[in-house]
Amino acid sequence: MSTQHTSTQHTKTDRGTGGSTSSPVLDVVDLRVRFETDRGVVRAVEGVTFELHAGETVGLVGESGSGKSVTNLALLGLLPRPPAVVEAARAALLGRDLLRLSPRELRAVRGREIALIFQDPMTALNPFLTIGRQLGEVLETHENATRDAARSRARSALADVGIPDPDRIVDAYPHEMSGGMRQRAMIAMALLCKPKVLIADEPTTALDVTVQAQILELLRDVQRRHGTGIVLVTHSLGVVAGTCDRVLVMYAGRVVETASTARLFESPLHPYTRGLMASVPSLTGDPRARLASIPGTPPDPAAPLPGCAFAPRCSVAIERCGRDVPALDRIVLRGDEGQRAAACFVAGAELAGGSANGTTTGAKNARQDVDFGATGAAP
Amino acid sequence: MTPLLSVRDLVKRFPVGRRGWFARDPRHVTAVDGVSFDVERGGALGLVGESGSGKSTTARMLVGLIEATSGSIRLDGDELVGLSRSGWLPHRRRVQMIFQDPYASLDPRQTVMSILTEPMTIHALGKPRERLVRALGLLEAVGLSARHARRYPHEFSGGQRQRVGIARALALEPELLVCDEPVSALDVSIQAQIVNLFKDLQERFGLAYVFIAHDLAVVRSLCDRVAVLYLGRVVEEAPRDVLFAAPAHPYTRALLSAVPVADPAVERRRERIVLAGDPPSPASPPSGCSFHPRCPVRASVPDDRCARERPHPLPVAAANDARAACHLVETSTVRAT
Repeated sequence: MSTQHTSTQHTKTDRGTGGSTSSPVLDVVDLRVRFETDRGVVRAVEGVTFELHAGETVGLVGESGSGKSVTNLALLGLLPRPPAVVEAARAALLGRDLLRLSPRELRAVRGREIALIFQDPMTALNPFLTIGRQLGEVLETHENATRDAARSRARSALADVGIPDPDRIVDAYPHEMSGGMRQRAMIAMALLCKPKVLIADEPTTALDVTVQAQILELLRDVQRRHGTGIVLVTHSLGVVAGTCDRVLVMYAGRVVETASTARLFESPLHPYTRGLMASVPSLTGDPRARLASIPGTPPDPAAPLPGCAFAPRCSVAIERCGRDVPALDRIVLRGDEGQRAAACFVAGAELAGGSANGTTTGAKNARQDVDFGATGAAP
Repeated sequence: MTPLLSVRDLVKRFPVGRRGWFARDPRHVTAVDGVSFDVERGGALGLVGESGSGKSTTARMLVGLIEATSGSIRLDGDELVGLSRSGWLPHRRRVQMIFQDPYASLDPRQTVMSILTEPMTIHALGKPRERLVRALGLLEAVGLSARHARRYPHEFSGGQRQRVGIARALALEPELLVCDEPVSALDVSIQAQIVNLFKDLQERFGLAYVFIAHDLAVVRSLCDRVAVLYLGRVVEEAPRDVLFAAPAHPYTRALLSAVPVADPAVERRRERIVLAGDPPSPASPPSGCSFHPRCPVRASVPDDRCARERPHPLPVAAANDARAACHLVETSTVRAT
């Protein structure tokens, strides 16, 4: 990672200055998704850019309707077109443009090079087939395995994800398993062909906390062993803190802030990120205190307002916020590895010392000068 | 003084399966297996536990949605178990319920005004005009306004719908609100708004809560006592500050250690007790202590007692009003670590 940026800069997010050594396994630039419906155009994702490297976990955080799931479904070609229209300057998986693949090529890629796990394993597993058959089909499709070979590999894949009795489960139907076991089976299925990229969409949201801890541990273990790149979609900042290397915070279809996990939690820049962190109740601190909350509700994607989508709920919004959409400007701070950006006129200007091109303001000092209202990131 | 709500040895068994179809099917599933707790006036008891622990079944018995198999539920000294439908009616307005899913618990064809006045009409509270005035007051109390009164549930966001559900529950001036996962379907930023609303209402109306949530941090911010359920039994019950600072039962400790903390520095350092296996099914509960197959410290109890003998709730050393059901608590080694 680059260390040559020792002063605060403020430049347009452009590619090629990230300073990463290896080429990314997933490289997305300016992804846009809109739904053209009878009742108008809904812009669900407006310009999402990120890189995922081997062995890395990138978190996509945001509330319902922020576009985090649509981003992934669009990359995997799983949105019905029409009504969806998907565009991107680049959406490359191992150098191949996902958006230019034919349906047939896409089917060959999905499951082999990029795999998806969902919140609810019952939506991914076929209730009429045994677990062994479903896993076997993946191998027969992608690797021309014979039925017997497929079955024995399915069995060992189940053992790999910590299913205690794989010989029995290989012949079981999904409904005969607990939620945690189904989630493990789905993960086993996703990992069969050792994909380079795993997209995990709220993989633990439906699970009990003790089982959630097991599944997150399993994902970390898989990543260590195979160097899988993971895109983790979640609304839980706790899950992000424990699993992700970098985070993209999404609001109303846009990335409003991106940073390494450590930096994001240490000094969130965007008022939405700050509000989100402050509104999570913690297991420490004064339980009698009121929770900080973000007033209002997320905007209706079918009726967007001009300007920054967060402005109506923002405690530091200025007049310009209701007029212009702030760009996701890269903010290079000391020790930030050049990977930090926020889409906010106020946070951006303050950090840059009041001018868009200003330099050398320590992040910490600048931050204390900004009154973000009742925020203050959770300790 | 008698507590507002006093629950003793509450049991619920559900019949399962068609007998004879599956030989190993038991005839009953015990969802709630002897639960006891008190809720003081204006107090808030959190019920925490995983799926199948019996939290929701307990909640539904408290409001009379399902009938208890045995045990006692006393509201202000009056026994509720065994009452007929009509016997329940005078008590029902004193105990109201709030559900997880505000989408499913409001009638899509009723306006908000009609949703709020209906319970008052059923319970013959006030004249029609007074009901309208009161409904407007309720909207204000939950952070909505008169302009929302003519709208239908689908016109609201999730958080606003939950506010309507809360206003409806308040329409009958209850003393106790039973809330079953009332914020878990909401986005994080909205969840904080609703938790704050619960705090405000408690202060303003002196409400008591039985508050069910799987999110322990939410429970901690609202409840002054917490009962931890595992497979239909209370394994630990204690004042909030005792339970979160010094959990006595190994299950409570595992549960607390599994909660993800929104702080990467803490997440890197902390030692997590990752439990093996899944929560067991109430259809085939383990012998002895139902937690023993997953318990990380059962080896510390001699003679495999945990697999043979069911532990009873006993006071724990840290506080005189805390109890835990664990053989180790008896020998008081758990808290020493």
